[in-house]
Amino acid sequence: MTLPPAFEEWFAQRGWAIHPHQQDMLDRKDLSALLLIAPTGGGKTLAGFLPTLIELADGTHDGLHTLYVSPLKALAADIKRNLRTPVEEMDLPIRIEDRTGDTSATQKKRQRADPPHILLTTPESLALLTSYEDAPRMFAGLRRVIVDEIHALSESKRGDQLMLALSRLEALAPGLRRVGLSATVENPGAIAAELACHPAPCPILQADPGPEPDIQMLVTDEQPPWSGGGGKYSIPAVLDQVRQHNTTLIFHNTRAQAEIFFHNLWLANDEGLPIGIHHGSLDRAQREKVEAAMVAGSLKAIVCTGTLDLGIDWGDVDLIIQVGAPKNVKRLVQRIGRANHRYNAPSKALLVPANRFEVVECVAALEAVKAHDLDGDPKGSGPRDVLCQHILIRACAGPFEADDLYAEVTSVGAFAGLSRVAFDDCLDFCATGGYALRAYDKWKRLLKTADGAWQLRDPRAARVIRMNIGTIQDTDTVKVRMKGNFKPLGDIEEAFAATLTPGDTFLIGGQIVRYDSMRELSVQVTRDANKVPKIATFMGTKFATSTQLQQRILRMFQQDSWPELPRHTAEWLGLQREISKLPERDRILVETFSFEAREYLCVYGFAGRNAQQTLGLLLTQRMEDLGLHPMGFVATDYATLYWGLDPVTDPTPLLRPETIQDGFEHWLSGNAVMKKTFRTAATIAGLIERNLPQARKSGRQATFSSDILYDTLYKYDPDHLILQITREEALEGLVDFGRITEMLNRTQGRIDHVPLTRISPLAAPMLLERGRIPVAGAAQDRILEETASLLMDNAGLSQLPQ
Amino acid sequence: MTAHPFTFAGLHLQAFPSGALWIAAEMTLVVSDLHFGKSDRIARRGGTLIPPYENTDTLERLDADISKHSPATVICLGDSFDDLDGVAALDDSHRATLTRLQAGRQWIWIEGNHDPGPVDVGGTHRAEVEIGNVAFRHIATPATPEVSGHYHPKLAITGRSRPCFVYDKTRLILPAYGTYTGGLSAQHPDLRNLFADHAIAVMTGRKAIPVPLKRKVPQALPGRWRGSRP
Repeated sequence: MTLPPAFEEWFAQRGWAIHPHQQDMLDRKDLSALLLIAPTGGGKTLAGFLPTLIELADGTHDGLHTLYVSPLKALAADIKRNLRTPVEEMDLPIRIEDRTGDTSATQKKRQRADPPHILLTTPESLALLTSYEDAPRMFAGLRRVIVDEIHALSESKRGDQLMLALSRLEALAPGLRRVGLSATVENPGAIAAELACHPAPCPILQADPGPEPDIQMLVTDEQPPWSGGGGKYSIPAVLDQVRQHNTTLIFHNTRAQAEIFFHNLWLANDEGLPIGIHHGSLDRAQREKVEAAMVAGSLKAIVCTGTLDLGIDWGDVDLIIQVGAPKNVKRLVQRIGRANHRYNAPSKALLVPANRFEVVECVAALEAVKAHDLDGDPKGSGPRDVLCQHILIRACAGPFEADDLYAEVTSVGAFAGLSRVAFDDCLDFCATGGYALRAYDKWKRLLKTADGAWQLRDPRAARVIRMNIGTIQDTDTVKVRMKGNFKPLGDIEEAFAATLTPGDTFLIGGQIVRYDSMRELSVQVTRDANKVPKIATFMGTKFATSTQLQQRILRMFQQDSWPELPRHTAEWLGLQREISKLPERDRILVETFSFEAREYLCVYGFAGRNAQQTLGLLLTQRMEDLGLHPMGFVATDYATLYWGLDPVTDPTPLLRPETIQDGFEHWLSGNAVMKKTFRTAATIAGLIERNLPQARKSGRQATFSSDILYDTLYKYDPDHLILQITREEALEGLVDFGRITEMLNRTQGRIDHVPLTRISPLAAPMLLERGRIPVAGAAQDRILEETASLLMDNAGLSQLPQ
Repeated sequence: MTAHPFTFAGLHLQAFPSGALWIAAEMTLVVSDLHFGKSDRIARRGGTLIPPYENTDTLERLDADISKHSPATVICLGDSFDDLDGVAALDDSHRATLTRLQAGRQWIWIEGNHDPGPVDVGGTHRAEVEIGNVAFRHIATPATPEVSGHYHPKLAITGRSRPCFVYDKTRLILPAYGTYTGGLSAQHPDLRNLFADHAIAVMTGRKAIPVPLKRKVPQALPGRWRGSRP
């Protein structure tokens, strides 16, 4: 279709020509689903909205026409601002509003009674909207749904929740058209299949990807260190780059690393270049200040984490620096896309390996980017905990027929293969708890009415269900405040806060603070003049290196020489080949050696950090059973290094698949990570209520840990739905057992044991790694007992009768 | 199993790692805050449907303590039932187990704030009882020496927090014995300030381990409420 004259004129006034992909979107606007893949800065948003603006231009549409869903509240606000320009300049009769967790209650109420033409929202707010009894009225006239940054949503359960909500909207407004907007991804077909209203197709539209990015490794005078993840050595070179560019984004893989780097950057920033920090643990007011400064162009650089990954237009960024190996090529490419929003200029990026091994990883990633070889693991079928939540949300909106809901759910790509039995299990879980012991016949959550429809037994339950909508995993965090003025600095995990004792110093918001006390769920701190914090880190996400990138590294290891690597790194690999072996793709290399009265065992599994850590926990358990007295281990993305009192003479039995599988099954019964996984699944599925701040604050004795529920369920009902889900989830994420299985399949028991008389070059950096995990095992009670008796002695408790 | 033996107001007592208290001279076992029927109560009130196995689990552990020590008297120190309607939630097998455990011994239900009235599952219902000059009641009062429950004391020294006994020279508070029970940190002012400066907590678990409590703190500490609210 051609642009209407008013639009034609508007484009002309701005001196723009319509991009080919924007025209394509317009031509194919009547398709039931369409996925646009376009690089950042390609006018993606306008491409998505153009058909809506044209359809609404004559002012005849009443009520909601287009729903826009994005993963970030900030993105919704940003888009609202950007859409205002064409709407105002063309004087279009269109009302645009956003609706997120930040929208006021009055505004939300009004939006339900009198919805705008275009509503900008998030998956969670949309799920909540579909839970109201008036949802059919509100969505009756809906014509289009635009899902922005769909590649980001698709990586988590938020995407699954959104697609289930869309299946609901399709029932309320048949013939609804769906548009997905995505950054460059490795498998657009998979995202299209998720977006489609199954079995209808979802064609893919590829925009011109623009020129190849200019991406290199940052060359520094100083060599990268052997271990660690901070990249501190690169600071002079990074400052030099910042000086030469308008605005630089300096990405880090974890919040802790961003904090440390930012701190060190300022220690070296003699000229006082305006440099800010931005990550998810910072207080919202602080973050907004940095964002405003970025938009205003008053910052030279921003040290940040993934919170800046999404497509918000932050102004004139012309350089991306990635500190630490990117771990994942797709994420790297998307980050590079943040630089240079002028469509036809190449994006510029520099990689800074944090240590010697990461040099190899960075070179492998550079080659992958050049080869357009993006990584990503195929997703499993739709998660059942999200389905359970969807069933409960559906019940909030009013009575429903199981057959109808099953038909809706299986129109979602991820749930297309869901069997009726599996669906009924989830429905039964929502209705009765799904326990082997049929205990809740009297107090079911959902009841079947005389005419066969399902409804809530107690309508008051709707409130609880609505309050628990969402799939984002909350960790318990506490606020950090400056003592005296109560200025909030950010959040830290409660588990980290619990380890602090008064006087401990740590980094937050780029400054070193001293822990003073805990008060009303906030940590009180004072400023500290020291230059080095006592406690270097607080927990953050650790990304595991992707399978594809690992394969590339293993292929590189098989080269005769490494002209593409810096000499220091090539020589290091050469030495490893000479003294021991370089790991191979289809074999597991195991090295053993003694060092300072400890026996070491190094297993090169190349399974990613989380899986290598799980392997660490499983193997130390096995070693303890065999009386090998393991004392600890450390895991990296490529290997796990164990140490203990006794040498392992034959590692083969330790690494038998059945041994590892048995260990995993046993591990399920008591492991803390499993309990955390259970808690997430149980919260999403509605088995337990979310840990709301007010509930924690009220602190009643009635509150008890979800760990108790896990233990009880595991003991009395091990096949329960939520435990099945927990086992499935453990295959990825923090436990990542799936990558261990992948390693075992890939190597098929081919183990190369190399006994050495000295530390191998590849294992040496691991001895310097942080994050060593001591083996607790049976020693745990002894430690407790010793601590307790020491305390008893110190307290001089002889005056109390024993 | 290693118990923690101690003398309290003239009574020779043992704190069991299970959370039960043993008075050898009286052949008496004391347990507190069993909270039978917790999951039923939550479900009845339109809450979530948590695993309905707490009655079975609590009874299994109580059965083990009773079988091992064959007490002449069992005192349940209040909040034995999560509410009085929860008695109806006991199924036939739970009732049969209780009847078997009660056979041949005195069984006293002390009333608690959750279960203030009599229950129809055998045993005697009492507001409080005395052994020697020590009162056994549900909630601590100024009238010491006394043994009570109610607060569900917990403590963490290394790692996870565990239910614990807390005592000084005149007051002893038992941990909650029921499977679905949360807890209040023994350092929380509401609990800590019931005791003298020198007080001892006895951790439950594989062994009963005594540890001194920190001195009283005037300032309010955050309650260490762990986990989710089911």
